[in-house]
Amino acid sequence: MDDLYRDYILEHYRRPHNFGVIEEPSASYEGSNPLCGDRITMQLAVRDGVVEQIGFTGRGCAISQASASLLTDEIKGKPIETVVDFGAADLLDLLGIEISPARLKCAMLSFDSLQHLLDEIGAKPLPAKEPS
Amino acid sequence: MATEIDPRAGSRTVGVARVPAGTPGVVPIDPTALRADFPILDQVINGHPLVYLDSAATSQKPRIVLDAVDAFYREYNANVHRGIYTIGERATAAYEAARASTARFIGVPDPHEIVFTRNATEAINLVAYSWGRRNIGRGDVIVLTEMEHHANLVPWQLLAQESDADLEFIPITDDGLLRQDVFDVLLRLKPKLVAFAHVSNTLGTINPVEAMTRRAHEAGALVLVDGAQAVPHIPVDVAAIGCDFYAFSGHKMLAPTGSGALWGRRELLEAMPPFLAGGEMIREVHLRRSEWNDIPWKFEAGTPDISAAVGLGAAAEYLMGLGMDRVQAHEQDLVAYALDLLPREVPGIEIYGPSAEQRGGVVSFNLPGVHPHDVAQVLDRFGIAVRAGHHCTMPLHERLDLAATARASFGVYTTKADLDALAAGLRQVVELFGTQRPLS
Repeated sequence: MDDLYRDYILEHYRRPHNFGVIEEPSASYEGSNPLCGDRITMQLAVRDGVVEQIGFTGRGCAISQASASLLTDEIKGKPIETVVDFGAADLLDLLGIEISPARLKCAMLSFDSLQHLLDEIGAKPLPAKEPS
Repeated sequence: MATEIDPRAGSRTVGVARVPAGTPGVVPIDPTALRADFPILDQVINGHPLVYLDSAATSQKPRIVLDAVDAFYREYNANVHRGIYTIGERATAAYEAARASTARFIGVPDPHEIVFTRNATEAINLVAYSWGRRNIGRGDVIVLTEMEHHANLVPWQLLAQESDADLEFIPITDDGLLRQDVFDVLLRLKPKLVAFAHVSNTLGTINPVEAMTRRAHEAGALVLVDGAQAVPHIPVDVAAIGCDFYAFSGHKMLAPTGSGALWGRRELLEAMPPFLAGGEMIREVHLRRSEWNDIPWKFEAGTPDISAAVGLGAAAEYLMGLGMDRVQAHEQDLVAYALDLLPREVPGIEIYGPSAEQRGGVVSFNLPGVHPHDVAQVLDRFGIAVRAGHHCTMPLHERLDLAATARASFGVYTTKADLDALAAGLRQVVELFGTQRPLS
């Protein structure tokens, strides 16, 4: 019935992949959208230039959680240089649903968290903060 | 939404049901007839009639308010307190008449004690800056509550940081009532100011403002009441409350955005320095000093939002025409209906806040395993508008250990059919999301 809540989105929400804490992470980051109460902690373990493990915990809406599930699936096992090139538009393609401007922050929470992780491990500096 | 009531016939007859029922002596409002006064409600959203359940965020506007705003711009747009010409004088008269209506609406005999502001937030900031910076010093105590809207919290945080004052908070019980026993303890700290919401925007709790004001005064404190969620829903008489400041927004009480008011006791307002400076608020200006205008104009620097003020006056008259006792009875009836209906019809729903008789027209809730954003998004598919998030009460959500809630809130035009639609929509949400999510 729904453009947004497709079965696979709801499936990722109910049973998110890579949900949990990983051992010996290279970096951890807690991201949140205070306005909606979405909050995730994402962790990354890099070995020999490859994302060996990635995990997240937290709570949020179906869009933010499905996005984190899909994103972590996508980059797990990938060389860091590929992950660095993965852009916001790629995540939206991965989600495959029409995201309204009001929900974009939900969809992008996992992506923003990943950018902080990449910054922390020195793979890709964060872009200069936009004036808010 | 056809009705035989002519909206031009005057607000006094609008929405009066033919058959009195319920509360003795109070002729109930017929919201279905009243809806004809609100053109925005007559529309289809995503194939469904609009069910607007976000009146605590902002209310819809009756035709009489829309017409008042329109007439100002079409017929007598001119600046106030300046023009020596016909439409200028008409604008000033309408602006001041709106002040008189607003004063009468909250039981204030002297309209000069009403300062027009943009909203309740600005009204509270006015007190925090103007009264606060002159009267709050190092070690002074301001008592607030855990259920405050950020508008009645953050201005006091700024003041406390600047003046090295202390903030104390009245906690809430699990069902969302203020802990009056703790309030008594906090009053022993001899606070300079006690500031609290008349009605909670998240839980709907109607606080015992009169008793709390009396006790605060006995302890030597002044009292500011945030009435943003009270004035649209229950009769308010500041003289009976006995408080010192009362702040509210117009846009939540059927008036345009950009309208709001602060009521303050004359002697307090007169002793306070101006908040904003510029034109209108002065009597004499010299290059190095100025003399302030009388209240309330001392606090109304610059050209005000005249059309919004005129709209606020019209909204106050409309609500007084309906009778605020009838408005309260109507919303009480809706709350009781919702608190009975939703737990019966919506499996697993969790509702926060007190029982119906202690609550204004606000019902905040969660569905197990579904984020409130998703609740609101799915409800929108059925044309139902609810708020999702923390409703500008993050500390309250922290206290209740909730990341966010969904909130349905009512107005004079809300019907039981709206609540039936909400229940049906929520059942759809439950169906879509299915079994509870194991991880969270």
